[in-house]
Amino acid sequence: MLRRLKFIGALGVMLLMALLVSAEQRFPPPDFENGYSLPSTSTPAARQLWLQYGDTAVFLAALGTAVWLIYKKRSRRGVFWLSLFSLAYFGFYRKGCICPIGSPQNIVYGLFNPGYAVPLTVLIFCFAPIVVALFGGRAFCAGVCPQGALQDLVLIKPIVVPPWLEHALGVVPYIFLGAGLICAGTGTGFLICRYDPFVPFFRLSGGTFILTFGAAFLLMGMFVGRPYCRFLCPYGGLLRVASLASKWRVRVTPDTCTQCRLCEQSCPFGAMREPPSPETNPKWLRAERKRLGWLLALLPVLILAGAWGGSKFSPTAAQLNPTVALAERYARQQIHPVEYGLMTPEALSLQRAADNPAAILTQAADLRRRFALACALFGGWVGLVIGVKLAALSVRPSRTDFEPDRGACFACARCFTACPNERVRLGLAPAAQGAEPL
Amino acid sequence: MDAKPPEDSAVTRRQFLRNGARLLAMTGLGVAAGGLATRSTGAATVWQIDPAKCLRCGNCATKCVLEQSAVKCVHAYAVCGYCQLCTGFFAPEPNALTTAAENQLCPTGAIKRTYVEDPYYQYSIDEQLCIGCAKCVEGCNRFGNGSLFLQIRHDRCLNCNECAISRTCPGDAFRRVPVDHPYLLKTTSR
Repeated sequence: MLRRLKFIGALGVMLLMALLVSAEQRFPPPDFENGYSLPSTSTPAARQLWLQYGDTAVFLAALGTAVWLIYKKRSRRGVFWLSLFSLAYFGFYRKGCICPIGSPQNIVYGLFNPGYAVPLTVLIFCFAPIVVALFGGRAFCAGVCPQGALQDLVLIKPIVVPPWLEHALGVVPYIFLGAGLICAGTGTGFLICRYDPFVPFFRLSGGTFILTFGAAFLLMGMFVGRPYCRFLCPYGGLLRVASLASKWRVRVTPDTCTQCRLCEQSCPFGAMREPPSPETNPKWLRAERKRLGWLLALLPVLILAGAWGGSKFSPTAAQLNPTVALAERYARQQIHPVEYGLMTPEALSLQRAADNPAAILTQAADLRRRFALACALFGGWVGLVIGVKLAALSVRPSRTDFEPDRGACFACARCFTACPNERVRLGLAPAAQGAEPL
Repeated sequence: MDAKPPEDSAVTRRQFLRNGARLLAMTGLGVAAGGLATRSTGAATVWQIDPAKCLRCGNCATKCVLEQSAVKCVHAYAVCGYCQLCTGFFAPEPNALTTAAENQLCPTGAIKRTYVEDPYYQYSIDEQLCIGCAKCVEGCNRFGNGSLFLQIRHDRCLNCNECAISRTCPGDAFRRVPVDHPYLLKTTSR
């Protein structure tokens, strides 16, 4: 250390002399006499813009192909090969970092930070799968999403997730979406991208935590179909809502359902729904209606309670923001100084705060105000999600056939060939003798 | 609640609600996309380090999602003083001003020192070896002209939506720049 200080001191003297000579540069660039020419600094170009538009074209083409394979061809094999292509292209070739899952964050970040212009490609990646879902369900999840394709590949022995667990975990994507969006809106960071478990696999490198997280999901994915898509993916949550209003839907049977229940086992994602029994007890019906009424009345209460609870969390949540965290560390440092090592990131950032404390503190105060609002909104959102989930559980389904649930169905096309009527249509099985389809 | 629709009725209540919801969603998406598209530049952006804000903390070497960081040291030759005693190249108090390993500051020996003419030496970076630790950048900026600085190399960078280094940068030096001007090169020593 002493040696180092002596060295620094000696250099300081040298420096001072150099400064007297040249105010612009400590050591003026030499005039070479032997004809030496200055090399230029190399600047390898970033990925060309037209290639990015190429990615968008591939993406739109893949979406279109997925819809065609699911509705026109009704081909699981086609969807499977398309998803493998997407895994190779968007996953391993593009390293998973041009994907719609994180794009709602960019949109929200763009809305609240006027300095950031949302690139056109991001707009298309965000909105195109939602538009497709509004007409044809989650075709994106089935054929285009590399994360989904990877989970589909590792699935070997799907087990049935009990409905209570399925429904309880089903609200997690929406809560995660809310958290991701408030973090993006306040400029804190892109949580959804940070905790994407499969992108490190596409890149073939990553931190210990995220690799463990990803490995856990892949292991789980061997026995639970698409655990990330069902229980965490926030974009999947958006598509789920969008496909509730879809114009066309995946139908297992090409004509009439014989209620044979064969399709029920073909769905590894627990999306197949049994039709409710046609004879209904008017007494139950009244009780159900009453429950639904109560739950709908409870909704505003849940939202308000959530908003109140959320606002309580805002000081803690604000610390997620690096600027707020730095401001607080700086304020603490004034009272209880902590020694940080020389040239460590902590010491350097504190130095930056100390150079211009007013800027950091006002920025932090502004961010805290933003967080107060954002956390109240987030709490209200959590209340709304839970309330709507409870209410949705009390709505009686209106189906007469075995059908995949509109929202939960990934449109993977597995169930088609499980249906005996479809097998007859494809000529894989002889038409039923004697027994007419119902 | 509602039974199977009679053959002649075109829409059931649920279908009506669904159509309404779809129309509403499409309108909303259209308005949002239109609003954002008018503000969108069309041009994509990439991450870059502002050398004026960089504090040379060393995070760039370890926080990148790539095993070999996409951040490398680059050299603005026009700013360089071609010093014989380069404080970016030599460790503090070197035994001798030679390229022997014990005299070098760079942990991977990524800086090549070549003689130009007395008393000037050229220093260039071997990007295969550079890990982006900023030790030389610190040496050069503290005592020299500051011609060495860190830049994200776009032949390596994956352009993550959220740069993993930027989140830990103590100088807040990372920002997105237009893809057609992807470098923030130094032209003066400050």
